Amino acid sequence: MTALVPLLVALPLLGAAIALIFGRQRKVQVGVSTITLTLVLAIAAVLLYAVDSSGKAFAVSVGGWPIPFGIVLYVDRLSALLVVVSSIVLLAVLLFSVGQGAADGDDETPVTIFHPSYLILAGGIFNAFIAGDLFNLYVGFEILLVASYVLITLGSTESRIRTGVVYIVVSLVSSILFLAAIAAIYGALGTVNMAQLAERMSELPQDVQLVLHLMLLLAFSIKAAVFPLSFWLPDSYPTAPAPVTAVFAGLLTKVGVYAMIRTETQLFRDSEVNTMLLIVALATMIVGVLGAVAQAELKRILSFTLVSHIGYMVFGLAIATPLALGATIYYMVHHIVVQTTLFLAVGLIERRAGSTSVLKVKGLMKAAPVIAVLYFIPAINLGGIPPFSGFIGKIALFDAAAQVGTPLMYVLMAGGIVTSLLTLYALMRAWNLSFWREDDEPVDEPGDERIAYLGAAPAAATQTERRVIPRIMTAATVGMVSLTVALTVFAGPLYDLCASIGDALQNPVTFSQLESER
Amino acid sequence: MTASLVLIIIMGALFAAGVYAMLERSLTRVLIGFLLLGNAANLFLLVVMGEPGVAPFFGAADSPEEMSDPLPQALTLTAIVITFAVSAFLLALIYRSWQLGQADTVEDDEADLALRARDAEDQDTMGDEITDEDDDATTDFIGTDTAPIVVLHHRDLDAIRDDAPTDSPRKPDTSGDDR
Repeated sequence: MTALVPLLVALPLLGAAIALIFGRQRKVQVGVSTITLTLVLAIAAVLLYAVDSSGKAFAVSVGGWPIPFGIVLYVDRLSALLVVVSSIVLLAVLLFSVGQGAADGDDETPVTIFHPSYLILAGGIFNAFIAGDLFNLYVGFEILLVASYVLITLGSTESRIRTGVVYIVVSLVSSILFLAAIAAIYGALGTVNMAQLAERMSELPQDVQLVLHLMLLLAFSIKAAVFPLSFWLPDSYPTAPAPVTAVFAGLLTKVGVYAMIRTETQLFRDSEVNTMLLIVALATMIVGVLGAVAQAELKRILSFTLVSHIGYMVFGLAIATPLALGATIYYMVHHIVVQTTLFLAVGLIERRAGSTSVLKVKGLMKAAPVIAVLYFIPAINLGGIPPFSGFIGKIALFDAAAQVGTPLMYVLMAGGIVTSLLTLYALMRAWNLSFWREDDEPVDEPGDERIAYLGAAPAAATQTERRVIPRIMTAATVGMVSLTVALTVFAGPLYDLCASIGDALQNPVTFSQLESER
Repeated sequence: MTASLVLIIIMGALFAAGVYAMLERSLTRVLIGFLLLGNAANLFLLVVMGEPGVAPFFGAADSPEEMSDPLPQALTLTAIVITFAVSAFLLALIYRSWQLGQADTVEDDEADLALRARDAEDQDTMGDEITDEDDDATTDFIGTDTAPIVVLHHRDLDAIRDDAPTDSPRKPDTSGDDR
């Protein structure tokens, strides 16, 4: 069984190499990516089942080195669950992008680099989730970031270069902070293995611990887009291609949150920054959602709600009881799925209406009822309407906060409720404007000025063709929407799993445990 | 653990200079800042290695105390490779940015500026305002009319033009096509 663990990283990287070799044959590339991600999903599902039923994690020492020296891959319930969820999301978005690519006619001009980069991104995400030492976590981050640099500037148009530069420079700064933090930790403790770090950390004086702790948290907060380090996200995500934005929004920030969870629960148990984290969480929720209310562009609205909802996860992390950690994990899973789905739905809106500005898009309810449903369900889910998973996750968080019961907790709960309502307001206003508002002229008739203008252009044939949405794009979105509903329907078992993860996170993984789980 | 003071001072200077250079708007300076920061972080890894010793190979030293700590060296090598790859990518990006006529500066976010420019009435109604802004912006997977990067005539400045799609109407003259 342990032989399966390294495959989670090795398979996507191998797939990327094969996809690169067959750069000019789109069908082969699509086949390779789909098969790779399906295999990874299957492996992750098997691992999750094995870990959950035995209650014992897998620790794999790559290359057979003794454990503190070699690279350790560590799969417990948390890692396995996140790998399963992210591989499902990656697969769905891949199908979406295949549909979009086919309709855009890239049979003639294939973007050779998309599939390899996408698979490397997947490999980096999986590597970060199963990293058992701090440096391997850094490498995982770098793999996924480098792939994301390529994906966010795909096609290298003017706006993508402009926003890509901001994204890249900010990510680089956070990576260097992370690297410096690793160097400092190694200098202080002489190891980068997370289990050993947990044991040795208490030997350090409190103030040294605090410095190391804050360095790591700072690096991860930039990646997770926690206010005030979230400014880069709404600028850079909306210009990327729709599937890329969807997968970034769903997964990249969550890898940062995952790293924060490990930092708090595994490495720095003695050093308390929870009050600070609570205040930061409140600011992230409120400032993020106020940004969303001010926007008129669907993709930017969603980017701001993404920032805002990271606040809920930081909130749960800062409560730091097992109940709260379980709720945080559930919220994370919910948010990965729902945020990706919403971005895919907006991708469909963009194709149908030619814009994502709610000031321009009108009358979609009549023109595209299917898209309306596909947008509406995840939107009210994100807004926290019962009985959807967003509501369950928030209630679980508030419940955990109420059990702690300090005044600050009640302030945060109030902040969380306000954020939830404002999210709903922002998403429903967009819904009213773009779906309910009557359209004087239907969007797909050539009376539209832009279409008439394009009618004269040589590319007009392909341009009108783009308004047809390939079935596979709709199918991928429908699949994701059903998954959001499944999170609600199967909330019981999933929540039990998350609660057991929360319990397990209470005790850091020890070195002897690591050895015994080999 | 003993560490070299000179290395620590150099590291500090590199960090300071790197941060300073990264605060500039010019992308080339940002790149230089990143290189300085990357090297500073690598030096940091070397500093935590402690006192240098004999190469950490089996049999190279008589006792483990005389050996260098091999792990920071491995970490540094990995970090160097990553920095190298990212610098190459950044250089390509800077070149592309220059080619698209943006000079090599970090630009303000257009959507932010547009948001500020939206007047109060439109804000209230969120009504029929049509801005030209981003009208042609496509976030579709890839434009059908994407052109490959053209090789510029490096002497003849008048000939600098680019066939690549520009998706903002801000600088129509940089776009090569006239449809």
